[in-house]
Amino acid sequence: MSLPASSEPTMTGRRDSVLPSAVVGGVGQVAAIVGYELRKLSHDPSELLLRAVQPALWLIVFGVVFSTIHAIPTGSLSYLQFLTPGILAQSVLFIAIFYGIASIRERELGIVTKFLVSPTPRVILVGGRALAASARGLSQAVIVFLLALALGVDLNLNPLDVLGVLFVVILGSALFASLSMIIASIVRTQERFLGIGQLMTMPLFFASNAIYPISIMPTWLQVFAYGNPLTYLVEALRSLMIPGGSGQFPLWLDLTVLVGVALTFIAIESRLYPRMAM
Amino acid sequence: MDAQRTVLWRVLGVAEGVLETRQLTRVFGRVTAVDHLSFEVGGAEIFGLLGPNGAGKTTTVKMLTTLLAPTSGDATVAGFDVRRQPTAVRRSIGYVPQLISADAQVTGYENLWVFARLYQIPRAEREARIRDALKVMGLANVADELVRSYSGGMIRRLEIAQALMHRPRVLFMDEPTVGLDPVARDAVWDQVELVRRLYGTSIVLTTHYMEEADRLCDRVGILHRGKLVALGAPAALKASLGHAGASLEEVFVQYAGEEVELGGGYRDAGRTRRVAARLE
Repeated sequence: MSLPASSEPTMTGRRDSVLPSAVVGGVGQVAAIVGYELRKLSHDPSELLLRAVQPALWLIVFGVVFSTIHAIPTGSLSYLQFLTPGILAQSVLFIAIFYGIASIRERELGIVTKFLVSPTPRVILVGGRALAASARGLSQAVIVFLLALALGVDLNLNPLDVLGVLFVVILGSALFASLSMIIASIVRTQERFLGIGQLMTMPLFFASNAIYPISIMPTWLQVFAYGNPLTYLVEALRSLMIPGGSGQFPLWLDLTVLVGVALTFIAIESRLYPRMAM
Repeated sequence: MDAQRTVLWRVLGVAEGVLETRQLTRVFGRVTAVDHLSFEVGGAEIFGLLGPNGAGKTTTVKMLTTLLAPTSGDATVAGFDVRRQPTAVRRSIGYVPQLISADAQVTGYENLWVFARLYQIPRAEREARIRDALKVMGLANVADELVRSYSGGMIRRLEIAQALMHRPRVLFMDEPTVGLDPVARDAVWDQVELVRRLYGTSIVLTTHYMEEADRLCDRVGILHRGKLVALGAPAALKASLGHAGASLEEVFVQYAGEEVELGGGYRDAGRTRRVAARLE
């Protein structure tokens, strides 16, 4: 991806330090977009609390029931231990995949055009919003940790690994939020967007290793699961959250896949986003 | 004093060429929305693009604000080419879209704060610029309230404030008073004139209200089916009809060669009413 604002002539003609100032300026613009999102959330935090309901149901009802019947082979792990990172990943997915509804709402008002008329590079508008989306995902991480600990699940609380979890949650949120914005830029109306959003969440969720290991799936579904970015999000979280770190792949591979897919989605959406002003 | 200042701004602007279009054209499928449009705007001038819905006003503004690429022809804004130097154009302009562009979920101050940062106004000046914009637009006392609680006129003035903080050379306003009651509309008109007087900003606005063009604009271009059919000062256009007291409506009928069908199609009507409903 190109560096922000370095490709086009500037008005001021201060050429001596174009690259560093462009990078510093870009970071400031990303910070502005993230800060703006946080201010929005701070005016209406009720959404964050409502979001706690779904992971609570999955862990307390689904998780506890399936633990007792031992239906799913999770090796040396308890089922709740296996499930907790999966439910965190699922919460991240479910929140981020509908993030595009915000860009559709902003298109129906005139807000998108105002952002596009500002001298902010497209990639920063999109990347900034993808990062901003992770604020909600991070709140889910706190909720899932608290719930799991209350249920007595043995989690890895090494501070560095917990920081790693937060980083992976930001990465996963940005990935699915930029996918969501891509869909929004293509369909551009709320009705179609909601339809496609609903259609996508269940296959992404069930064709992943979030609630059962891939090894129990039929082969055709395994192929899908290995191409599903959610699988790598769950993998990375499992490596970091479970004591002794038990991912199927090495952590670096999970992170490489997540970063690569997120950057690809952001690059695609940077091309599509200006359509929202037409 | 103010008059002298305005004249000075205008002379400077003309010398530099604030805005110029040459054969600017945009085609959507088989429809030519904007058809070989050529005009210039001077410094500190208030220029109106006048015409019914669907005449090509918004398409023209979208091309001049770099939101839409021209099919052919070109345009320079503040000396920069809209195709080749879009970022430089964006730094030099402000834009108030027809649809509501202030965010109801945050405060007036926060609406300005995010754009002050995106326009990279230096930290040392940021706070002063935001406060100044709020004061000029008469919003200083409601700065920390959620925009959800603002009236339609206050929202429009906030949007003008957002578009002004970085001191643009040209301010584009798309149908600035659609959906406003007469009192709020008068207030917006006063603010537009104030902006020109204070900052020497050139203002390009679109409107289908003849009264608005008459009251605000130094010159108007009458658009009809994407073509510029008349261009000049409202008084001169009226005089060209040969009888005193001609209205701009009559001017429009004269140059467009048919009755003005205001209100556009279903989609335009829907948009306009949605804006009106949200501004209530």
